[in-house]
Amino acid sequence: MSDTSVSARIRHASRVAPDHGSAREPTATGSAGRLKVRKTYKLYVGGSFPRSESGRSYPVRAAGGSLLAYAARASRKDLRDAVVAARAAATVWSRASAYNRGQVLYRIAEMIEGRREQFVTEVSAAENITADSAALQVDAAIDRWVHYAGWADKFAQVAGATNPVSGPYVSFSSPEPTGVVGVFAPQDSSLLGLVSVLAPVLTTGNAAVLIASQDHPLPAVCLAEGLATSDLPPGAVNILTGHTAELAPWMAAHRDINAVDLTGVVPESRAALQRAAADNLKRTYTPGDTDWFADPPTARLSAFVEVKTVWHSQGV
Amino acid sequence: MSSQRTSRAHAAGSPGSDAPAPFPPGIDPFIYAPAPESRETARLRTSYQIFVDGRFRDGEGESIKSINPADEEPLAEVSEAGASDVDDAVAAARRAFDGPWSAMPAAQRGKYLFRIARGIQERARELAVLETLDNGKPIKEARDFDIPTAAAHFFYYAGWADKLGHAGLGPDPRPLGVAGQVIPWNFPLLMAAWKIAPALATGNTVVLKPAETTPLTALVLAEIVADADLPPGVVNILPGGPSVGEAVVSHPGIDKVAFTGSTEVGKLIQRATAGTPKRLSLELGGKAANIVFDDAPLDQAVEGIVTGIFFNQGQVCCAGSRLLVQESIAEEVVAALRRRLTTLRIGDPLDKNTDVGAINSPAQLAKIRELAESGEADGATPWSPPCRIPERGYWFPPTIFTGVSPAHRIAREEIFGPVLSVLTFRTPAEAVEKANNTPYGLSAGIWTEKGSRILSVAAQLRAGVVWANTFNRFDPAAPFGGYKESGYGREGGRHGLEAYLDV
Amino acid sequence: MTEVMSVPSAPPLSPQKKPGAIRKGTSAMPVADLSRDTASLRRFLFGLPGVDQAGAESRAAGLATRTIKTTAKAWAIATAISMIDLTTLEGADTPATVRSLCARAMRPDLSYPDTPMVAAVCVYPDLVATAAEALRGSPVRVASVATAFPSGRASLATKLADVREAVAAGANEIDMVMDRGAFLAGRYAEVYDEILAVKTECGPTHLKVILETGELGTLDNVRRASWLALLAGGDFIKTSTGKISPAATPPVALVMLQAAKNFAEMTGQARGVKLAGGIRTTKEAVRYLVMVNEVAGAAWLTRDLFRFGASSLLNDLLLQWHKLTTGAYSGPDYVAVD
Repeated sequence: MSDTSVSARIRHASRVAPDHGSAREPTATGSAGRLKVRKTYKLYVGGSFPRSESGRSYPVRAAGGSLLAYAARASRKDLRDAVVAARAAATVWSRASAYNRGQVLYRIAEMIEGRREQFVTEVSAAENITADSAALQVDAAIDRWVHYAGWADKFAQVAGATNPVSGPYVSFSSPEPTGVVGVFAPQDSSLLGLVSVLAPVLTTGNAAVLIASQDHPLPAVCLAEGLATSDLPPGAVNILTGHTAELAPWMAAHRDINAVDLTGVVPESRAALQRAAADNLKRTYTPGDTDWFADPPTARLSAFVEVKTVWHSQGV
Repeated sequence: MSSQRTSRAHAAGSPGSDAPAPFPPGIDPFIYAPAPESRETARLRTSYQIFVDGRFRDGEGESIKSINPADEEPLAEVSEAGASDVDDAVAAARRAFDGPWSAMPAAQRGKYLFRIARGIQERARELAVLETLDNGKPIKEARDFDIPTAAAHFFYYAGWADKLGHAGLGPDPRPLGVAGQVIPWNFPLLMAAWKIAPALATGNTVVLKPAETTPLTALVLAEIVADADLPPGVVNILPGGPSVGEAVVSHPGIDKVAFTGSTEVGKLIQRATAGTPKRLSLELGGKAANIVFDDAPLDQAVEGIVTGIFFNQGQVCCAGSRLLVQESIAEEVVAALRRRLTTLRIGDPLDKNTDVGAINSPAQLAKIRELAESGEADGATPWSPPCRIPERGYWFPPTIFTGVSPAHRIAREEIFGPVLSVLTFRTPAEAVEKANNTPYGLSAGIWTEKGSRILSVAAQLRAGVVWANTFNRFDPAAPFGGYKESGYGREGGRHGLEAYLDV
Repeated sequence: MTEVMSVPSAPPLSPQKKPGAIRKGTSAMPVADLSRDTASLRRFLFGLPGVDQAGAESRAAGLATRTIKTTAKAWAIATAISMIDLTTLEGADTPATVRSLCARAMRPDLSYPDTPMVAAVCVYPDLVATAAEALRGSPVRVASVATAFPSGRASLATKLADVREAVAAGANEIDMVMDRGAFLAGRYAEVYDEILAVKTECGPTHLKVILETGELGTLDNVRRASWLALLAGGDFIKTSTGKISPAATPPVALVMLQAAKNFAEMTGQARGVKLAGGIRTTKEAVRYLVMVNEVAGAAWLTRDLFRFGASSLLNDLLLQWHKLTTGAYSGPDYVAVD
């Protein structure tokens, strides 16, 4: 290797470098001249933050093309590990009382509120919107989380029933969590949409393996940092960043996932995934376009529960 | 006892010794040293004011002393509301309802309730000690049941505020307006939570009168409400006696009346609101039957009987005050009950090991005594475990009456004290008949290992709450309320919303 | 004191009727008339009242709210120490580890020489002789596990030989394991006969029957196994081998104490209860003493009728004693390791 080509490479690298500074720290909050400690964005699996086992990462860019950060690029093995963690957590989380689940989720809302400025910064940078717009989204996300926290100890009363059957029998039906839900977060709404697909899965007692938006994953990792310090059992939520198209077929075919939410998958790609999901009869949820700011229907709650009907004889 | 045991010297553990002496110790039996909760935690003040339109102020009524029933010592002076205070409170509640409260998005109402729930949790220990001082109940109960359940009620109803369209009451159920609420002294803070939480969640505003003998925790709740920045007038708290309650209930500005208390007063209120558009819900007295079948899980049944009648000194509307025990096991159950009662600790309510506290007032104590005496006069046999009753304060020892017949007053009238009447039955049909043979219908207990029998008997009991192989279990998600003269309307659960909505 | 521990004669209690109990005459020992075939045993055991799990857990939790402080705590700590069977049951045990344990058993805390001795040392049969030698002249008993501990999966002949050797080597107490396989398969007579055979082999040596409650699945089974062991002559019923989890838990202890109490009411004989496995802290030990006090009764608050099978519990009791006497929290440097 000649000296000139090496130095040429170095010169070339340094030409790319300058944008990193201002793009990575979109709003300067430190004192002028102070060198920031940059955040590393890793996966969130089983309550910890590992890098991808593949060692890969990918650049996350702002709308103009400038680099925001490198995020971990999850592999199918990371997905596999996340499902194992989710399955273990699903047992624990589903056995928590509904009141307890509501309490845990409500406290997460408190945590997001406490980190509001940080999220506004992340969302603004991720989606290239003004801080005011981002603030609207963050506030709505917090309120959305509170909304779902309040469903935990009520959904059974809305979705359940005592059944007026004939004969000397008592029959009642109750919704139970389906288990492990694979969730594709919306590609565009990096926090509000994310929260709107994740919270209903949790409040009904399921564990989640969530694939974040491919182009706007950073708010999801920020959320993960808050979840890690909450009272959620480790593995109840797992957040993978990476290429949606690469991970989707593995998610759809995984036999230890009970249901998938295909929100973040483009409509053209959904059919193939539903076919793959048929292998273990996963429940698949395929919503249309959603206005994330609107009040959500209960469909996202009923999509991930199984209704159990119990009969008991009656007689002295 | 073995010789090893008696040969140990007595040293550490001698009552009165300050520092534990060196080994070896060894006094039997196991004597629990006093374990008092600190009274200072209650942050008791010398005086308390009424809470109207978001502010504390002196009431126009007399000021009274709230007494600690455990030692008859005054706790604090409490300003009482007068007629003009009631007018002001109702007007403030109306303004709040017509103004900010109705205009507010439902989710925001919910977030206020979450704040109040958190506020109760944060001041939980303070509220528990204050409740014990004001009511006489053991600190263990206030700490482990009253206060946490009150917070839980606010948490539960907070979540309903923005989900009313899913409650099965129509797509957009509307609130009634201003609710006038009168609550009793047996679970002061919890009863306030049972009333205020669903009323606010559904969009109403409230004027609440706590019981005359137990106003203190409701007034601390008013502080929590104010600290939560609730708009003024949404919650108003008016301490006072029966005349204040009457004024609230009959005020023309009230759209909804909710009352928990005696059946006698409940009937008066129903008469007073007759012909008016006021909606009414009542939670009144009871004379619950706790039915123990011969295949009951015996040890747990004994626990359930004890909890049923001695929890809160029996001052509970849903107390299991009649034990209906299958005759074939009656002797054994009563013997086991008596043994179990000897481990109940009666005494200073602030001691963490106390199981049974004081009766709330001299008036209540007189009622209990009168009925107990009638039981003996009627020929039933009372029994109480040996216990040391403090000299001062209002106390009644846990008492079991055997040989009770359904015609006795102690089998029919609500005693509201730690007195259990034991009757027997031979068949399930007879048990059901005896259980239902009362104008009351609040609760009942069933003890049997046989599931089909539980469900069959539960279906036949005319009672709003049936506990099987358990007793006195409460949850904000579970509706509670009575049949017949125990009242109407339900508190708790999805059903608890209905009383406060125009449906 | 080298006398063999005998079952103390608790004050005779008048026999009470138990629901479902086979009533044979009015003798204080109706059990003697029970035919010991599986069918009769099953009828008796399944005639005992059931245990409601939620209710049992609720009672246990309620008892755990007792606040034991100051003088009561001092008494409880001292009493708990005196009730410990200090245990080492490791494959890697050597004579040295056993001798070290025995030294601690006799003198738990050098800074407080008046600390009571523990009740017993518990070891594997081949180390009984070492323990007996180390404890010669002291009131601390030598307990030995036996009968193919911990699994109990061996022939009866092997199990009895195990017991024989332990007794011959100087064991004062034998901790046998119940055959859980036979119990769960419903072969109650076989379980009964085996315990009876072991008790016979023990002679005057005190017998504890380990139920291995963590394998029994339900509290109803814990109650039935307790009765079966007591009927067959066990002097103590014991929760666990300590080798599996869950071991001793409050609801299990509640049911076993209730069974011992009911057995005493029926027969006039007080038998003991030993809780083993997973009890590491003073707080837990004190809670169990409260449970003994309020469920079985004050008569059971003696090492003759109640034991803790433990190892690390001792040090936590000593640390708590230090705190009570000095007012400051202590640390592991101030208590001996095994």
